Parts: sequence; structure tokens; C-alpha cells
Amino acid sequence: MSATRTGWWRWVPLTPATILLLLFLAGPIGYCVWIAFTDTQLTGASGSDFVGLDNFRRAFADDNFRNAVRLTLVFTFVSAVIGQNTLGLALAGLMRAASRPVRTLTGTLVITAWVLPEIVAAFLLYTFFRREGTLNAILDWLHLPSQNWLFTLPILAVSFANVWRGTAFSMLIYSAALSEIPREITEAAEVDGASGPRRIWYITLPMIRRSIGTNLMLNTLSTLSVFGLIWAMTRGGPGNRSQTLPVFMYDQAFLKSLIGYGTAVALLLLLVGSLFSIVYLRLMKVEV
Amino acid sequence: MRPTAPLILITAVTALVAGTLTACGGSGDDAGTVKVAYNRSTDNKIRFKDAHLEAAKKQFEKDHPGKKIKLIPIQAPDNDYATKAQQMMRSPKTAPDLVYEDTFRINSDIKAGYLKPLDDYLPQWDQWGQFVDTAKEAAKAEDGRTYGIPDGTDTRGLWFNKEIFAKAGLPADWQPKNWGEILDAARTVKRKVPGVIPLNVYTGKGPGEAAVMQGFEMLLYGTGEDPLYDPAAKKWVAGGKGFRDSLDFVRTVYAEKLGPDVSDALDPNVGTRVATEWFPEGKLAISLDGSWMGQNWVNKGPKEWPDWSRELAQTPMPTQNGQAPGKVSMSGGWAWSIPQKAKNPDLAWEFVKTLQTRQNATQWCVVAAQIAVRKDVAADPEYLRSMPGIEFFTGLVQYTHYRPALPVYPQVSTAIGEAMEKVTTGDSSPADAATAYTDQLTTIVDGAVVSP
Repeated sequence: MSATRTGWWRWVPLTPATILLLLFLAGPIGYCVWIAFTDTQLTGASGSDFVGLDNFRRAFADDNFRNAVRLTLVFTFVSAVIGQNTLGLALAGLMRAASRPVRTLTGTLVITAWVLPEIVAAFLLYTFFRREGTLNAILDWLHLPSQNWLFTLPILAVSFANVWRGTAFSMLIYSAALSEIPREITEAAEVDGASGPRRIWYITLPMIRRSIGTNLMLNTLSTLSVFGLIWAMTRGGPGNRSQTLPVFMYDQAFLKSLIGYGTAVALLLLLVGSLFSIVYLRLMKVEV
Repeated sequence: MRPTAPLILITAVTALVAGTLTACGGSGDDAGTVKVAYNRSTDNKIRFKDAHLEAAKKQFEKDHPGKKIKLIPIQAPDNDYATKAQQMMRSPKTAPDLVYEDTFRINSDIKAGYLKPLDDYLPQWDQWGQFVDTAKEAAKAEDGRTYGIPDGTDTRGLWFNKEIFAKAGLPADWQPKNWGEILDAARTVKRKVPGVIPLNVYTGKGPGEAAVMQGFEMLLYGTGEDPLYDPAAKKWVAGGKGFRDSLDFVRTVYAEKLGPDVSDALDPNVGTRVATEWFPEGKLAISLDGSWMGQNWVNKGPKEWPDWSRELAQTPMPTQNGQAPGKVSMSGGWAWSIPQKAKNPDLAWEFVKTLQTRQNATQWCVVAAQIAVRKDVAADPEYLRSMPGIEFFTGLVQYTHYRPALPVYPQVSTAIGEAMEKVTTGDSSPADAATAYTDQLTTIVDGAVVSP
């Protein structure tokens, strides 16, 4: 904000936006924070009391919560940091070198997966991974052993699903970033005799550093909150082997009716998200 | 940013806007409309409840000119239905005028303040006297008031396929005396009739209360008296030997592959598959299941199967070691309740009366394969003729148990479902799962736990 002294009337044009933000953003968030410190339930108890930090203490003592944190980290790391991010960068790089028809086809396929509604993608991947599903049909055809992926490797199955669905976003970001690298720089490096991998490591990556940071942060934040995909594919099961924090939160708040506890878990999820963001900001020294 | 006059102004305006928004909500409601929320089956072919309510709606609208019934079907597995109904009942803007509730949830919804007592209506209603006492108890709260009108109950036992039994060399009048004999029969089927599922026991979190009641509690209540809640001490019972033994039975079924594939067993819609695929297609030998199964196969049912009464037979579920009384069953049932925040409670009550004319009540028990809770319906020849096996399941009422109808029961039930899931997947031993259950139970009921 500029430091010049201005009259309060300068606020007038901002008022509608501010009201809307307060009403629909700050309001619910504030309400959530309040609920997290109470023992509100969906059914069973009519009143709700302020219980201080009880919900948080309970979470840290809860094996299932710790399990959910662990799975959330695995899910985020495998699908967002490794999967979406690297695959998106690879695709963007390869597509620059590819012919026009290949580029169009790949782009269309990847982006289709992205624009599909989450629940549709979830059912597609459910039918892909289930016991009578496409993946096992392919494996059978190749005479390889098939198995029920959603049962044996649930967290990897949903991670793959998230990669499948979310890679397009990284690809678009990196395509844009790569197209902004001036051709002269690459050519100069080539003339100096730098090999492909060296060019990528010393020229390309440093030049798109900011995009990498932004992309990692956005990928991580959207992956941390993935719910529909996991819910439709595995419901967090079998047991709780794919129960990430959002699924755990839903389970506590709506299936066990413990709204207060569930909301506290949601706040902790928010905290995990901010921790990730801080780490990225520091690592990549991105100016936002 | 400094909090100055503009901020105060903004806050004031916000409060004003919020107030206006709240005040104008729900203005689209017609004062003469009764909104009726109920659970529609997740199987699109099962529509007998919709048809029954539709018929009652026509009747009501003819008898009450100018009034309307708006049916709100909620198509979801039972747990999700309950969650959705509870969320609707929280706010006056979304609360239905009449809601269909599983009686095991009624008490927790009463305690949450969602439901309205019906005691003012009951004295003027000539039909209430027809209801049997146990049914009246089912919808009564700790405060002694009645919060729902039950429209049927159910019992549970073992269903088995006689043709598969013949192939396996098992008797057509099979009557297991204890758990061991059930497992032995299942093992025989597995050995002699490959390709069929020997024994289905509902399990895990997906099927929800179906797993806990049809599966676990049918076992647990066969291990001893009041194994879940001690009414004398008014405390819940920790997971002891009976609990572990019941979990061990579940573990045996799935570890020895006597049951359906674990991923099918944990699917929320497994009940639909048992009724419309596995039994009719001759893929399942034994299922620990409910009295209502026949409703799936009757004329115009979801899966017409005229031969079912020739191919299937029922036998009571035995107690663990055959100890007295030798047989065990669980009962539940659903009831119609009026939410506290209903806009048209009086009119909703009128609709309950339409649903519970003797003719409609009988009709409902017939189409839904319910065990009657009204004396006049139970004696009705139409009801008695309606379904093969109805005398069998009515006969189980003397051995039946009701779940502890207390507000925390739904949470206890979820904890049991988790314990079952852990042993079904092999993630936990029965002993560890029972210990984890006891820990959870202690939290849920605030320490009011006794050792078995």
C-alpha cells in the first residue's frame, strides 16, 4: 500500500469486495477456528462447550491421526513433488522438441485428464485399478500376475490417480516457462560445447527456478486437500491404509459425528500446508 | 493496515448483510407442503419404498385438498444417509417435516435436539394401541417421551442355498448347533463346490451398521448376555473374550478365504450384490443375513427370482458353543420422526397417519418384507401369506436382542466396524483389535466402561 496519506473515502470502492471476503472467507474460517476448540458433535450431544486444546492433544495421541499424517506426506511427496512435477516438466520439455501433431495429441490427452471432474476421474481410475479392471486385463494379456491394486497398494494407486489427473497443470506452467527462455542462451551454450543434460542442469533449470517453486507450491497445496479422488477409489481403506488427512477429517467429523475434532484436524492440515509453503519459499527463494 | 473507522463500518455492514441473508432464506417454501426425507436404495432397481410413498402421497393429497407432499429421496449407503439427514435437520432452512430414521440412531438425534416428541399427538390417535410394546420402546428416549412411529422390524439368521448344499453333500435341513459347525459347512463347500463363496459375513467400515449388526453382533450376542452394554451397571462393556472370539470368527472366515474376496466384502454396496447377484446366480452358499432378503426377489422386485423359496432355506444362527437358549437374533427397524425444526409438524403427523392406516401398514410390511410391529398386521392373512419364510423370521423374535439404544451407540458401532475391518484385512490380530476397541470405547463414553 502506498504510504501517502489519503482520506477514508478511498476505501469506498473496495467496500463491496471487502464485505464479500469477510462474509464468505473470513467468516467461515473464523467459525471453523472456533469450532476446533469446542466439542461440537453432529449428533448425540446438543450443546457444545469450549474445551481448549483438547482436540489437538487428542489428535497427537491418536494413532490413526499419525497414520493419516504419514500417508498424507507419502501421497503428497509421491504424487505432487515427484509425480506431477517431474512428469509435467518432462512432458513440457519433450513437447517442445516434438512435431506439431504429436504435441497437439499429447497436449489434448493430458489436459482432458485435467478438465475431467474429480469424481469422474476417480471412477475411471477405480475401474482401471479394480480387480476386474483394465490394468489387470492388460497384465493378464501380458501373462503377468494380476492383483487387486486398490487393496494391495492403495496409497500408490491413489497417488498414481492424482498424477494422472494433475500433471497437465505442471505441464502448462512449464511449457510457458520454457518458452520464455531466449533461444540465444541455449544456442550459446551449445556452441560452447555443453551436452544436453548439462544444458538442462546449468541453463534451463536455473532459469525456470521461479516457475518450479510456484508449481511445487501449488501442486502440494492442491494435493494436500485431495478428497473426492481418494474417497471414491478406496474410501481411505482397506483398513486405514489410504486414509490421508482430508479423509480422516471427514471420517471423524461426519461419520463419527465429531465435528469439533474433525475441524481441529482440518486446522492441523492447514498448518501442514503452510509448513510446506514456507519450505518451498525458502528453498527456491521465490519472490511472491 | 490499521483498524480504523472504515473497518468498523465494514463490520457493521457485514453484520447487516448477514442478517438480511439469513432472514430471507427459505422464503420459497409453501406452507401447505410436507417435506419427507427418506433413504432410497443404492440399487436403482429397488424402488418399492418410493412406490409405496408415492401411493401414500396421492392418497394424502386427495384426502387433504390443497396440501402437498414433497418426497425427498436420499440415495446413499446408510451411514451417509444418516449424516445427510442430520445435516438437514440442523438448520430450519433445510429441515424436512418428516424423516425416516433407523431406530438405533433415534436416541442420539433426540439428544442432539433434532427431533420433536410426539406425545401430544399420540393420545388422540386410535392406532397407537395396535403397536406392540417392544416397538413402542424402540423410539422412546431416556426422557420417557416417544419420538418416532416404527413401521416394522426385522430379525436375522442364516440363509443357505440348498442346491449348493446338495452338491457339497450337506443336508437340506441344515441346523448348525454352534459356530464350529457353520465354519465346517463353509469349509466343506469350499472343498467340494469350487467357484462359489462358501459363507458371507458382513464386515468392515464400508457396509457400516449392516456389518456391525448382521455380522458382528449376531456373533457377539451369542457369546453371553449383554456383551455390549451392562444395563445394571449402566456402563459399556470393554472388549473381552467374547469380543475377541467374535473377531476371531470373522478373521477365520476371511483368512481361510471362506468369505467373499476381501475387497468385495469391504465394499459399501456388498449387501446389494449378495441380494441381486451372488444368491440369485448361485454363487453364494451361506449368508448371515436379514429377514427382508425375500423383498429383492418377489415379483417386480429388483431381481425377480421366482424359484428363490425352493432354492434357499433359512436356519437360526446358533450361539457360540450351543449354550442356552441355543439361538440368537438381532432386531432393529426404522421409524418416522418429525424434526424439531420442521415447518409443518402438524401436517407431517397427518401424513404419518396416512402411512399407518391398517391397510397401508400391512401393505408396507408386505412389500418391504418387514416383520410386523402392529398386532393387527401380524394377524393379517395377507401379511402371513406374503413371503415364504415369514413365519420362520417371526419365530426368531423370541430369541432376538435389541442394540443398546443410547446416544453414543452410533459411535460405538463405528468403532466395532473398524475393529472388524482390521481383522478382515489382516492388519491386526483379534486381540489387538479388541484392545484398540476398548481404548476407543473409553474415549467415546468418557470412561464409563466395565470389564466383561
